[in-house]
Amino acid sequence: MSSEMNTNEEVKYTAKDFSATSDVRWCPGCGDYSILAQMQRVSPDFGIRKDKIVWVSGIGCSSRFPYYMNTYGFHGIHGRAPAIATGVKLANPELTVWVATGDGDLLSIGGNHFIHACRRNIDLKICLFNNRIYGLTKGQYSPTSEKGKKTKSTPYGSVDFPFKPVSVALGAGATFVARSIDRDPKHLQQMMTRAAQHKGTAFIEIFQNCNIFNDGAFSILTEKETKADNVLYLEHGKPMVYGATNNKGIRLDGLNPVLVDLTTGKYSADDCWIHDEFDASPARSYILSQFSELENFPTPVGVFNQQFKSTYDADVEEQIAAVKKMKGEGTLKKLLFGGSTWTVE
Amino acid sequence: MAKEVEVQVLEDVTVRFAGDSGDGMQLTGSQFTSTTALAGNDLSTLPDYPAEIRAPAGTLYGVSGFQLHFSSSDIQTPGDCPDVLIAMNPAALKVNLKDLKKDATIIVNTSAFDVKNLKLAEYAVNPLEDNSLAGYNVIPVALTDLTMKALDEVGITNKEKERCKNFFALGLMYWLYSRNIRPSLEWIEEKFKKNPVMVEANKRALKAGYYYGDNTELFTSRYHVEPAKLPPGTYRNIAGNEACALGFVTASLRAGIPLFLGSYPITPASEILQELSKYKDYGVKVFQAEDEISAICSAIGASYAGALGITTTSGPGLSLKAEAIGLGVMTELPLVIVDVQRGGPSTGLPTKTEQSDLMQAMYGRNGEAPVVVLAAGSPTDCFWLAIEASRIAIKYMTPVILLSDGYIANGSEPLRVPDPEELPEIPVHYRTDPEGFAPYLRDEKLVRPWAIPGTPGLEHRVGGLEKKHIQGVISYDPANHQKMTNIRDQKIKNVVADVPDLIVDGEQEGELLVVGWGSTYGSIKEAITRLRKQGHKVSQAHFKYINPMPKNTADVLKRFKKVLVPELNLGQFANLLRSEYLTPVISYSKVEGLPFKISELELKMTELLGGKHE
Repeated sequence: MSSEMNTNEEVKYTAKDFSATSDVRWCPGCGDYSILAQMQRVSPDFGIRKDKIVWVSGIGCSSRFPYYMNTYGFHGIHGRAPAIATGVKLANPELTVWVATGDGDLLSIGGNHFIHACRRNIDLKICLFNNRIYGLTKGQYSPTSEKGKKTKSTPYGSVDFPFKPVSVALGAGATFVARSIDRDPKHLQQMMTRAAQHKGTAFIEIFQNCNIFNDGAFSILTEKETKADNVLYLEHGKPMVYGATNNKGIRLDGLNPVLVDLTTGKYSADDCWIHDEFDASPARSYILSQFSELENFPTPVGVFNQQFKSTYDADVEEQIAAVKKMKGEGTLKKLLFGGSTWTVE
Repeated sequence: MAKEVEVQVLEDVTVRFAGDSGDGMQLTGSQFTSTTALAGNDLSTLPDYPAEIRAPAGTLYGVSGFQLHFSSSDIQTPGDCPDVLIAMNPAALKVNLKDLKKDATIIVNTSAFDVKNLKLAEYAVNPLEDNSLAGYNVIPVALTDLTMKALDEVGITNKEKERCKNFFALGLMYWLYSRNIRPSLEWIEEKFKKNPVMVEANKRALKAGYYYGDNTELFTSRYHVEPAKLPPGTYRNIAGNEACALGFVTASLRAGIPLFLGSYPITPASEILQELSKYKDYGVKVFQAEDEISAICSAIGASYAGALGITTTSGPGLSLKAEAIGLGVMTELPLVIVDVQRGGPSTGLPTKTEQSDLMQAMYGRNGEAPVVVLAAGSPTDCFWLAIEASRIAIKYMTPVILLSDGYIANGSEPLRVPDPEELPEIPVHYRTDPEGFAPYLRDEKLVRPWAIPGTPGLEHRVGGLEKKHIQGVISYDPANHQKMTNIRDQKIKNVVADVPDLIVDGEQEGELLVVGWGSTYGSIKEAITRLRKQGHKVSQAHFKYINPMPKNTADVLKRFKKVLVPELNLGQFANLLRSEYLTPVISYSKVEGLPFKISELELKMTELLGGKHE
C-alpha cells in the first residue's frame, strides 16, 4: 500500500462493509459475482473511507455493479460512465472514482469517452467486464466478439473485426493497463489493488464469462487442462515463460515475438523476453496486447504497462491555484465591477 | 488646419460596418461600441457574420457586418435600418444597400471598387458611376490607398498595411460622431503589445482616419449624440454570452459552491465557454469535453459531487444532450443547460438567430421528463436569468434549460451593475445527517436531499432506472412508477411559487395584447411604443418563465380581445399557449435568421387593430 493512499483517518473495514443491501440480480453463475466479491475483498485494504469512494457505471449487466457496492454510486446512461466520472472527480478530486463498464458500454457506444479519459490521464479506475457479448439485450455480438461469431444479430456470423481493449487503452495513452480473469480471484485482486494504487487513468480488462449468452468464451484460459498452455502471467522483471512445466517461452526478435521450446536445450528462460511493466516505449506493450491474434501464442494477463504522469484533475487544481495566486481570490465586487465601466449620476 | 464644421445633435443613430469576413468588421464594430458605451449612450448591437471564417475575399457570401444603434434615450434594439453604412468593398455595398434608410449616408472604400471586386460582387457597371445610388449621401473615401499612404514609413509588408484599413475607417467614424479616440488607442497598445510595430501601424491608421475627417471637405457636418438618461448607477457594456458567464460566476459566489462547466464548442454559444475559462481566480472549473454528451454528463457528475454543474450549447448540441437531461430529471440533481438557439434544423444557419428550439426544450426527451424552462429577453437579461436558473436548479434539485439565441448572445447593451445586496440569495443545503436519511425523501416542495459523496453515513446509489419513492432503490412496481412520474411532474409545477406574475405593460385589458418570449422583447417593445405614440391601444406581456408559466397567465390572456404572438419560429409558443389555455392566439412568425424589424411588427399590429399604418 503506497503511503499517499493513507490520507484518510484510520479506517478498519471488512469485505462485508462494502456490500450494499440490494439483492444482487445477476444470473446465477455469472462471472460478475466473482468480480464483485474480489472488489469487496480488496476494498478494505485501500485505506480509503467508503464515503469517499464513488462507483460510476453506464448501462449493461456490468453497470449494475454500483448498486452492490456500499459506497456512493451513480448508475448512468449507456456509454457515458467515464464522462460522469470525470465530472465527479473534477468537482471533488479527493474522491476515489471507479468505473464499472462492459464491452458494449465502453468500447461501442462509449468509445469516445473512453479514449479521451485515457488521453487526459484523469485519475479514474476503469474496470471493463469483457464478456464479448451483449448480455442485457439478450445476446447480440459486441465490439470484442471474435469475427465470425454467430449471435442473434449475426445468424450467419459477424463480419467485422473486434477491438483488443488493451491495445485501445495503450493507444489512447492510458497510464496503467492490465488484464485479469474472473475465474482467477487472487490475480484479479492483485490487479484491482494495483489499479487502486495508481494515480491516473487505470484500466483493467477483466475476462468475464456470460454463462447465458456466451458461455465458455474464456474456458481455454480458465480450465485446468488448457490454462497453463494458454495463459501467460506477466511479471515485472521476469522472463515470459509459461506451460505446465514452464516449458514454453517467448523471445523478442527485433519487433517480432517468437515462441520457443525450452525443453530442447537450445533456449533457457534467460533467453526469453523479460517483461518490463514500466517500459516507456508503447511499441513493446502493444506487441504484447496483440498476442492473442498470433497463432499458438498465449494470452497475457497482468500489468501490460504503467507510466507515471501528472493527472488531469491535479493539473486543473494546480492551474486554478496558480491563477488565484497571480490575480488574488475573486470576490463578487471585483467580478461585477470588473471591465470598462462608466457611471450615470 | 481644421475647418469649421457644424456639429448637429442627434437623438439616435444606427450605423453598420460591412466588409469581407477578413476585414475586421466585428472588431471595428465592437471598438466603436466600447467607445460609444464609455460616452454614456444607450446602445444595442447586432453582429451579422457568415459561418465561413474567411470566405473568399470580395464575394457576396463573404460579407460580414456589425450594426450598432446608439442613442441619448432608452433603446431596445439594434435598429431596423441603418442611417450610415461603411462599405469596405462592392459586395458589402450590394448586400447591405436594401436595408438602408432612404437618405442614408454611405461611406464607400473606393479603393476596393476595381474590376475584379465589381465582378465578384456581380456588378455589371460600377454603382458609384451609374447614378444608381442617387438619393443616398455617398461619401467616397479611398480607405485602402489612404491607409497605405499613412503607413508609408512603417516597417511592415504592404499586405499588413492594407489590413489596417479598418482602423482608418474607425478613426473616420470617431471624427464623424465626435468620439474620443483614446480608448481605442489604449486598446491597440494592449492588444498588440507583443508586436510594437503593429501598435504603431494601427495607431497611425486610426489617427489618420480621424484627421482625414478633420482636414477634408468631405463632410459638411459632424454629429453628436448626448449621453442617455439611464437610471443612475455604474454600467458596463455586455454581450449576452458574456452576461451569461458573468451570471453563472455570480450565482456560484452567491451560493458559495464551485461552478463547473462541461461544454463543447458550438456556434453561437462558444463565448460562454471561453468567458468562463477566464474566471479561474473565482475557482471556476471548465471542462472542454470530447463531445456534447460528455459535456452534460460531466456537469451531472459534478453536480452529484456538490458543484453547480452547468453545460452550454446550441440546438444541435441540445439534441445530443437529450438523454442526459432525462438522467438529470431522474436523478434530481441541479443542472443548468444553456441553449443559445440558432437557425435549424440540423446544422441549419449556425451564425443566424432563431427561436425554434422551444418545443425541444419543453418536450425533447424520452419519457415524461419535465424541466424548468427560462428564456432571456435581452443581453443583460442573460445575466439575471443565469443567476435565476442556477437558483431554481439548486432550490428544486432539477435541470433548468435557459434559452438564449444568437441575436442576444452576440448583441450587446449596457448592464447596470447591481450591488451585491441586490442579488437573490441562493441557499445550499447539503444533507449531512444520516439519521432518517433516504435518497428520495421529499420536503414539502417535493424536493429530495442533496447528499454528496464524502459525507459519512449517506452512501447511496442514484441512476437512470426508476427509483422507489423515498428509499430510492430500483423499482419496477407499476404503482410506484405512476407515483414517481406524478411527483416529478408536480415538483416542476411547484416552481410556480418562484415565478413572478406576468406584467402587462400598457392597458390592463382591451383590444390587443402582444405576447412574446425571449429575444423578441426589444423589437416588440419598440413597435408598441411607436403605436402608442400614434394613439393606439396596444399592451405587451413578455414571458421569461416558459415552464412553469406565471400563475396569472390565463387571467391576462382572457382580458384581451386579440392576442398576438410574434416569434422567430413557426408558432411554437403560440401552440403552447393554445394547448395550455385553450385560447385562440394569433401567431406571427418569421424564420429568416434575423430578428424582427420593428416596422414588420408595427405593420402586423396595425393590421390587427383594423387601422392604417401611419
